[in-house]
Amino acid sequence: MRHHLILRVITKILAGTIMLFAFYVQFHGDYSPGGGFQAGVILAVAFILYGLVFSVETVQQVMPPWLVHRAMALGLLLYAGTGVFSLLTGYNFLDYTALAPHHPEHGQELGILLVEGGVGITVTAVMLSIYYAFVGRTPVIGDEEW
Amino acid sequence: MSGQVAGDALAGHAAGVVETATAAERALGLADHLPVLVVLVPFLAAPLVVLLGARRLAWPITFAAAFFSLAAALSLLSGVLGGDAISYHIGGWAPPLGIEYRIDAANAFVMVIVSAIAVAILPYARTSIAAEIPARQHVLFHALFLLALAGLLGVAATGDAFNLFVFLEISSLATYVLVAMGAYRDKRALTTAFNYLLMGTTGATFFVIGIGFLYMSTGTLNMADLAQLIAQQPGNRTIHAGFAFIIVGMGLKVAMYPLHLWLPGAYTYAPSAVSAFLAATATKVAVYVLLRFLFTVFGPQYTFEAAELTWVILPLALLAMFAASFIAIFQVNFKKMLAYSSIAQIGYMLLGIAMLSQTALTGAIVHLFNHAITKATLFMVIGAYVLRAGGAFYRDIEGIGRVMPWTSAAGVIGGLSLIGVPGTAGFVSKWLLVQGALEKGWWWMALLVVASSLLAVVYVWKGIETAYLRAPREDVDRREAPLTMLVPIWIMALSTIWFGLSAEWTVGAAGTAAEALMSGASQLLISGGAGH
Repeated sequence: MRHHLILRVITKILAGTIMLFAFYVQFHGDYSPGGGFQAGVILAVAFILYGLVFSVETVQQVMPPWLVHRAMALGLLLYAGTGVFSLLTGYNFLDYTALAPHHPEHGQELGILLVEGGVGITVTAVMLSIYYAFVGRTPVIGDEEW
Repeated sequence: MSGQVAGDALAGHAAGVVETATAAERALGLADHLPVLVVLVPFLAAPLVVLLGARRLAWPITFAAAFFSLAAALSLLSGVLGGDAISYHIGGWAPPLGIEYRIDAANAFVMVIVSAIAVAILPYARTSIAAEIPARQHVLFHALFLLALAGLLGVAATGDAFNLFVFLEISSLATYVLVAMGAYRDKRALTTAFNYLLMGTTGATFFVIGIGFLYMSTGTLNMADLAQLIAQQPGNRTIHAGFAFIIVGMGLKVAMYPLHLWLPGAYTYAPSAVSAFLAATATKVAVYVLLRFLFTVFGPQYTFEAAELTWVILPLALLAMFAASFIAIFQVNFKKMLAYSSIAQIGYMLLGIAMLSQTALTGAIVHLFNHAITKATLFMVIGAYVLRAGGAFYRDIEGIGRVMPWTSAAGVIGGLSLIGVPGTAGFVSKWLLVQGALEKGWWWMALLVVASSLLAVVYVWKGIETAYLRAPREDVDRREAPLTMLVPIWIMALSTIWFGLSAEWTVGAAGTAAEALMSGASQLLISGGAGH
């Protein structure tokens, strides 16, 4: 891709903008349904586009595979952890009222924010790891392995 | 109008249900959260294992989570054996709008089976997996095992039809990958896993289409609510179509006879510990889902009178009992033989469902448990053979009974239970099925059950003959299996004898479960009829 000057320049400009848009979708989740999944996909697109133009090795310097795997688990734990917090403070699992008992509606907002954050992290990581799995060339299967 | 319906549903919930008090009334303790914790703990442990990424921590965390689930499931079962149901509202949203976890004797019993098998297999898996899967994959193996476990428990725990689909997918996706991990020993595991993925996903898609149809005509996903609303519109074509989609979809997951093609390969090429876990749990949970939909959601009247499902399930069950047993006789791979035998055993469970009587249904539910421990024993024995002899073909294990006497003796016990010899667990459930048939006056059915057991004698004998009466091969190193495998194998083998001799607990629990399924459904139908 070294000779594709236009692609390289546009990608550098776009990658940041795509990320910004991802965060906009993420934090708009409070006002409209969804959010985390779409934002996660969009955020992953920024990395995938960068990887397509500047090679997988470059993008893996920013997002190494081990970090992607951990992020996958971290997002899930953030989601479930929110539920466990309300469970430990004497409410039902995932009852967001527990996050602000005196202002239940604030609790709901905070709960959605945390849960959608977890979804966003996990979806970004899953999308990236699917991309890494596709572009990571598997070793050729030798005759003796059959 | 819709408010009226929701109000009716809520009233239906209050009857005979121990409601967990809402947060406004009092702070909830640990015991109140058990319906969700039984699923949540293994589900949380899975990402924790991945996040820590340490091979040494993976097994202890997995085992602790499975053990917690077993304790929670046992405590839940003891709480609902009186015939009550426990209802837990996720997020504090009341059903039918919110997701409800609803524990009664039927699903508590299934959760005990699943978590007990997991606890028994994990110590065994530690040694077996070390030999069959490269060390760098061990962390992911344990995470997948936990996800499969959490998914299966979730399917059982939930009272929400769509939530059930989600958990079904969680467990299935984890299972496909677990099966594919057998590729380090035999590359055919990859094509098998792909095959399983296609068939399993087709089944799940059919299931979710069916749920969609039900949602379209009732506007609810809560199972108790669905049951009421379905009973109010008996002639609805959309519901008929949904019913058909759900039965075929779950038929694929259950491996009902003509839809069983994914099963032999998946059980044969998966890693030994995975085969044992799957054979003992995955199809059992699918049978539970079938029971739940046939009896609770649609109700026996709808299922067996309007749709005349008896005459659909019964021939297929008989076909499975004979055809699959017959195919099992001619296998040359021990694992594949057991896989075909599993299809035949699922035939017995379907038979118990199709006969539609308290005794036969109890027999089917007891057979869930008895077949789970029997097949787990046998697949664990084969895992030990694979570890020492390097393969599960009959030619690999000729005369192995003499060099591995303890492992093989446990295998013989499992085989006897598979046939249904008195004194083993398999006898109890077949006895109940025969009794159920005789109660209905179907003496020919009782004869067929016995006749198909004779086929089991043939294929079990073939295994015993290979292991004991052939000369041991000289070219392979043969020692007794390590104690870490032998102890779990013998715990399972002894439990097949224990539950064969003292069947009060299993038959009692299964009887309560059958009662909950049969009577709960008819009660709902009566209250639905009153609403007309």
